[in-house]
Amino acid sequence: MKLTLKIWRQKGPKEKGRFESYQVEANPHMSFLEMLDVLNEELIAKKEEPVTFEHDCREGICGTCSLVINGQPHGPNRGTATCQLHMRHYKDGDIIVIEPYRASAFPVLKDLAVDRSAFDRIMQAGGYISVSTGAPQDGNAIPIEKDQASEAFDAAACIGCGACVAACPNASAMLFVSAKVSHLALLPQGQVEASRRAQAMVRQMDEEGFGMCSNITACEAECPKEISVTNIARLNREYLSSSIKSQIKV
Amino acid sequence: MSFDSNIPPGPLAEKWTRYRGTMNLVAPNNKRRIEIIVVGTGLAGASAAASLGELGYNVKCFTFHDSPRRAHSIAAQGGINAAKNYANDGDSVYRLFYDTIKGGDYRSREANVHRLAEVSRNIIDQAVAQGVPFARDYGGLLDNRSFGGVQVSRTFYARGQTGQQLLLGAYQALSRQISLGSVEMYNRHEMLDLVLVDGKARGIIVRNLLTGELERHAAHCVVLATGGYGNVFYLSTNAMNCNVTAAWRATRRGAYMANPCFTQIHPTCIPQSGDYQSKLTLMSESLRNDGRVWVPKKQEDAKAIREGRKTGNDIPEEDRDYYLERRYPAFGNLVPRDVASRAAKVACDEGLGVAPTGLAVFLDFDDAIMRYGKSKAHSMGLHNPSDAKVRELGEKVVEEKYGNLFEMYEKITGENPYQLPMKIYPAVHYTMGGLWVDYNLETNIPGLFSIGECNFSDHGANRLGASALMQGLADGYFVLPYTIGQFLSNEIRTPKFDPNAQEFLDTEKDTRERLEKMMNVKGGQSVESFHRRLGKIMWDYCGMSRNAEGLKKARTMIQELREEFYKDVFVPGSMNDYNPELEKAHRVADFFELGELMVLDALDRNESCGGHFREEYQTEEGEALRDDEDYTYVSAWEYKGWDEEPVLHKEELVFENVELKTRSYK
Amino acid sequence: MSWLSNFLTSSIGRKVVMSLTGLFLILFLVVHLAGNLQLLYNDGGEKFNLYAKFMTTNPLIKTVSYLLYAFFLIHAIQGWLLWSKNRKARGSQGYAVKSTRTVGTNSFAASNMGWLGTIIFIFLAIHMYQFWLQMKLGNLPMANYDGHEVKDLYAIVAVAYENLGFVIFYVVSMAVVAFHLLHGFQSAFQTLGLNHKKYTPFIKGLGKAYSILVPLGFAIIPVYMYFFH
Repeated sequence: MKLTLKIWRQKGPKEKGRFESYQVEANPHMSFLEMLDVLNEELIAKKEEPVTFEHDCREGICGTCSLVINGQPHGPNRGTATCQLHMRHYKDGDIIVIEPYRASAFPVLKDLAVDRSAFDRIMQAGGYISVSTGAPQDGNAIPIEKDQASEAFDAAACIGCGACVAACPNASAMLFVSAKVSHLALLPQGQVEASRRAQAMVRQMDEEGFGMCSNITACEAECPKEISVTNIARLNREYLSSSIKSQIKV
Repeated sequence: MSFDSNIPPGPLAEKWTRYRGTMNLVAPNNKRRIEIIVVGTGLAGASAAASLGELGYNVKCFTFHDSPRRAHSIAAQGGINAAKNYANDGDSVYRLFYDTIKGGDYRSREANVHRLAEVSRNIIDQAVAQGVPFARDYGGLLDNRSFGGVQVSRTFYARGQTGQQLLLGAYQALSRQISLGSVEMYNRHEMLDLVLVDGKARGIIVRNLLTGELERHAAHCVVLATGGYGNVFYLSTNAMNCNVTAAWRATRRGAYMANPCFTQIHPTCIPQSGDYQSKLTLMSESLRNDGRVWVPKKQEDAKAIREGRKTGNDIPEEDRDYYLERRYPAFGNLVPRDVASRAAKVACDEGLGVAPTGLAVFLDFDDAIMRYGKSKAHSMGLHNPSDAKVRELGEKVVEEKYGNLFEMYEKITGENPYQLPMKIYPAVHYTMGGLWVDYNLETNIPGLFSIGECNFSDHGANRLGASALMQGLADGYFVLPYTIGQFLSNEIRTPKFDPNAQEFLDTEKDTRERLEKMMNVKGGQSVESFHRRLGKIMWDYCGMSRNAEGLKKARTMIQELREEFYKDVFVPGSMNDYNPELEKAHRVADFFELGELMVLDALDRNESCGGHFREEYQTEEGEALRDDEDYTYVSAWEYKGWDEEPVLHKEELVFENVELKTRSYK
Repeated sequence: MSWLSNFLTSSIGRKVVMSLTGLFLILFLVVHLAGNLQLLYNDGGEKFNLYAKFMTTNPLIKTVSYLLYAFFLIHAIQGWLLWSKNRKARGSQGYAVKSTRTVGTNSFAASNMGWLGTIIFIFLAIHMYQFWLQMKLGNLPMANYDGHEVKDLYAIVAVAYENLGFVIFYVVSMAVVAFHLLHGFQSAFQTLGLNHKKYTPFIKGLGKAYSILVPLGFAIIPVYMYFFH
């Protein structure tokens, strides 16, 4: 099938970008990224610079791939990362607009690649359990209710791709932050420092310049792991209660 | 350069405990003065960097990814082994040790493997304490499943995303150390060379992937945790950016590359659909518990399926060859990975493949669906249910067990595996070979350590399922943080190294020249096209089965391709910019050299063992024929450059606790 | 009190302020509607005027009304602040193709709360000028009920609703209020962290019913008065 791609090209973080149109011949078995590979091979053959886009595992788990395809982060299918999207969902003659994530906290580096290091800094602020390598108690010492463990897993399934931020009209990172806060708060091991964690992660999130959640739920709709906004409510709860209950003055 | 495995004395089960109790320590005040470079942030790298940071060392950690959380450990599905014996089914440290040695076809070190089995238990405790959400049963305790043809249930798992959850655990521990300042993190920095000062590893040259700038980093020692080199085959289940460069550059500086030809080919991957494809996707091994593998008996049927005139469902029962069940009646569809993969290749080589490319076999769940359906109907009290009803009930049971895998298959292939048998084909998955290390995980270059898939140490010629995660974390959390002290305790008086010293400047110059050389070719072919061609040579001649003639031919072909590369490659863009094509070019250039060494290693090993199958060395029934008399050694290769033959150093493997037997699955 | 200022200036704190003030305004709407429904009595406005008098003179109600004005202003100002901060967070370069999919919320309402709120603000400015200000300062005719002199607010309401333009203006404004509530009601609970598998569907159902019925109640009044008085 013949496709027209309108792709955002931008030389560097400070340069101005613009859309360029390309024609590409794809086949329905290709994945979306393989279709871009084909385009890049053609560009290289013409001695032009290929389109920069980030990708790695190509099986929907590493969270490296991004792209906003016709207005939707990771494309049209629910619960699917860009790398798992296949061309059979398109038809001959389609026009596909491919843009980078747009958010002040995710500046464009080049073409379709953006800088998502803000997520790392949020994690460093408190997205962990403060346990050093050593000899903790036996793995079975703390029983955890099956459903609770499963709910923690659902939150922990986040791949840190940033689609939530890209999808949110407010560019809010609440789904990402709440997934980590929920994952750890739902487990007894993580309860100990839940208060401090919620405070620290939210503070860092605010400093990074993400927007504020107005419960639009576009994040959940576009999340390749379908992480639920109930986690956001849990974060609100954790944050609120830690603000009120905490004995620490500041 | 030393070439001693440094295995401590004493009885096998006590070696590690005794050694740990007597090894040299570095005092806390001295740790603060010592710098360590860790390259790679997968399970091994992240866990090592975090643990070393916790101990008080100054750690600099590097990854070429945009975040430490992206490393390919994240894609491991199945689980992680640990000799906890929670299931009360007779598991023990010794049994895990024995299974690993046997599974590796007796080509790994007893002492290393036993230590791995010992610390496996600590890993689970550590991961739980970090908040890894392992699967639990209704009593709230950790759940186990059996895996990869072992007879006990010792695999801990977190749905089909165990690797992800364990990596996030290590990443979180690492993030904590970064926030505390004990680890300095360098994202988007790729190691392109190793710096030696007076024969010891003292630093690395990295390229800032965003600016293209080369940077020199110095430390008292260097730890490589840079994963495997499966991408030398171009098509593999590895992530697109997995590469051998860090390990290969160390080899170029004198480190020995051990057993490079030992490659694991995983039998259940989604087949390639076309030439544009650059990556293969793994389907969990657990599918073989219920799926039956078959191909048509007649070539014309296979041809009709390939051309789309027939489907698997059109082939009557008597025209199907369930070849695994036929050849291995005792284990049937559950034979180990290497055996299952080879059998699929044999079937496809006979022209019985069922995908348009000719490279696929069926994995059929029809029997399982009907069997489960009947049993379900029975338990519901339905007598004489219709076939349709049985099928409907059976599909539900299969969906509960494998729903997410079936969905993934359908997402990729667009075929409904409940209605049509799945098509699968083997794919490169893991490399057992890697940098040679001693018991301390130190290479033959003093001060250079290698952990995780990057080293060769624990899996011999074939890795068991759910053991890769175990090894990566064992090395990073519980082995290296101790053994690195053996080296560093002698370095407490060594002042910090100056990255502007001549050795660093020289190595940086070398690196720059290598990059310039590739940029300046300005030929007519893309890096990708060279990589694809190299991969095909490797797959055809050094893949699932190998023979001397093919290997010799492959070596010449690789050399020619390498020469062509340096004459005709085209790398667009500039060196001083974010340039993924240049990154690829450097990686592919290193793959050429590694590929040649793999071929040479395969040629040297005149036996068949584990993932290494030499056609000349097989039994009359076509099974692997090991030669324990002549090949019970680790091949440690010293690589000196294109013009010189690599030198083979042999580390004889001594088996004091295990009797060498032929693996049989008949 | 630095923890309090930290909290109030944090992203979640700001949202909590929106949520609490919003919930107060939601409660107020019910009271306001209950009063306004007195307009539907065919009594020449007696009940309504007595109600209006009570509302403007009872000391307790007066106190609460100051709270109401404050909360309303806080809600509006904070809303604009959030809106502008969110626009900044999104960046100057927008998407060429826009598409907002949502889960369990009204996509249009959810992503246009700022616009909807602004329209409501303008509506309220006109509404307050037209009735509230007149009641407070204007020279209203007086009505006499059993010897009590009461400002005849009903009179100007009745006049206003003879004008078809005003009727349409009020009805359209109520539609805007409905959309604002449709998202705001359940969103307020989510922001306070009140999300529960069992109870959230009830809250969402209640929110939907509320955001349809209450604006509908308000909208019926001008329409009814236009046609039947």
